[in-house]
Amino acid sequence: MSTKLNLTLSVWRQPGPEARGQFVTYPANGIPDDASFLEMLDMVNEQLIEQGELPIEFPHDCREGICGTCGVMINGRAHGQERGTATCQLHMRKFSDGDTIVIEPWRAAAFPVVRDLVVDRSPLDKIIEAGGFISAPTGTAPDANEIPVPKEVADSAMDAAACIGCGACVAACPNSAAQLFTSAKLWHLNSLPQGQAERFRRTEAMVETMESFFGSCTNHGECTEACPKEISQDFIAYMNRDYMKSLVYNRRLAGQR
Amino acid sequence: MAAPTATEKVTGANSATRPIRPRPKRLPFPLSLYQTAVGKKWVMAVTGIALLGFVLFHMFGNLKLYLGVIEENGERVYDVDIYAEYLRDLLVPLFPRTWFLWLLRFGLIAAFGLHIHAAYSLTRLNLATNNAYESKRDWLAANFASRSMRYTGVIVLAYLIFHLADLTWGWIPSTDWERGEVQANVVNSLSNPVVAIIYIVANVMLAVHIFHGVYSMFQSLGINNPRYNQLRRYLAAGLAAVILVGNVSFPIAVLTGLIDYDPSLLGPVS
Ligand code: HEM
Ligand code: SF4
Ligand code: FES
Repeated sequence: MSTKLNLTLSVWRQPGPEARGQFVTYPANGIPDDASFLEMLDMVNEQLIEQGELPIEFPHDCREGICGTCGVMINGRAHGQERGTATCQLHMRKFSDGDTIVIEPWRAAAFPVVRDLVVDRSPLDKIIEAGGFISAPTGTAPDANEIPVPKEVADSAMDAAACIGCGACVAACPNSAAQLFTSAKLWHLNSLPQGQAERFRRTEAMVETMESFFGSCTNHGECTEACPKEISQDFIAYMNRDYMKSLVYNRRLAGQR
Repeated sequence: MAAPTATEKVTGANSATRPIRPRPKRLPFPLSLYQTAVGKKWVMAVTGIALLGFVLFHMFGNLKLYLGVIEENGERVYDVDIYAEYLRDLLVPLFPRTWFLWLLRFGLIAAFGLHIHAAYSLTRLNLATNNAYESKRDWLAANFASRSMRYTGVIVLAYLIFHLADLTWGWIPSTDWERGEVQANVVNSLSNPVVAIIYIVANVMLAVHIFHGVYSMFQSLGINNPRYNQLRRYLAAGLAAVILVGNVSFPIAVLTGLIDYDPSLLGPVS
């Protein structure tokens, strides 16, 4: 048996990128506590459509915590109050009857609002693009242990690869820095033997692309708290280390200055 | 530019996401370091270490205020007064008198200049990223120290200038400052409660700055080992505490008379 919650939502509504936005209050009554946060928004939207109003646009796709599409500020916290949980994995049982929930889109100069709660996160894609390509041979699966990877390295790379690219780290950062995202993407490749060939070229390109869109890290640590995958700031230190090395190393190669 | 495709219209891709700052034209290698934010943070960390070294050394040197009068070459003198002379004589056979001290001073001035310039330009960058929320933010990890670095930094700078004017240049008219009379100058200046409070508040700010700075500097330099990372916090707290206790003790000791100046104690040993 699920209990029903009666809530009040205060949601950021903004008709378009250039339009002025504002908070609008909606009742959200009779929400079952086993609904997910996004299902709760769906229910509110059904109501709005019935009343002939435009539904609240919010970003979502897989709804199982793996695609990184969802993500809003919920009561001042990126992805809400549950640690290591994406918005789609947040459940209404974490709220109490009578709560007011304030929902705001990610804020950063690099993430302009498209509409309501949806922001444009394409600068994160630009960082990925700057990383260049990788070779992923198709065909039969490679032989196990063809390339030896120490267990610790595989674990560390896997921890970094868990990043789903949601942008919560940027949203939570007082400087809108994308260090956690970029360093996770970098370490996922830079730590593995397969990633060595382009290691320093990649690091330089991705860091510098990141810097043209995002702020500078001051090590507050808000990113890890917000991250649905609890990516560690250790990767940021690894990125800083690799970046300093890349400045020397890339210039040591013939014909470069 | 081609008209936006349907997807671009919907997703807003290609819309407003322009770089907040253009990529600068690259300078040759060591200078290119200072063109990037990660490089600037590295410079801040290295200059921060230099400043930290100075602050620690300065504090330990000042502990001589507690030693009071000693005998030197058949004369009774205040120990700090000799210490100030000793600094001017550093490495004397290698360098002419005061040269090495000036070398250290130039190093310090350069470190301050770079540290402040990097802080200024990164602060500008971060303000341009404009992430102001309309609703109330909830801080989970950021602490008072980390969020006030730019303010504590500016307070430390203002204090530094005041401190130099007070005890190095003798510009504060109410204290009869005299070159070389370190003990007398310190006691004269700090026995004014207003000045003492300025020193106390400023040094609390310095300690707050160091508390976040020392932790942050490890990350900026890429010094990270999950096994020892907790030690970075302890070191930051420890250094901030040592500097806080040491520096704040001087104004308090002067106000309570623990450190004083009594010219009748000086003179030739009879
Ligand atoms: C004796 C004085 C000072 C010491 C010992 C000191 C030390 C440090 C250290 C170790 C850092 C960390 C660097 C890093 O994260 O890589 C730092 C950061 C910083 N300092 Fe200072 N500093 C001093 C004076 C100043 C002054 C005068 C200003 C500004 C006018 C300033 C502004 C800043 C700012 C804005 C940061 C960056 C904060 C952050 O990354 O979170 N500091 N300082
Ligand atoms: S590091 Fe975490 S918060 Fe940042 S984009 Fe990746 S998953 Fe999201
Ligand atoms: S919708 Fe895919 S991670 Fe939340």
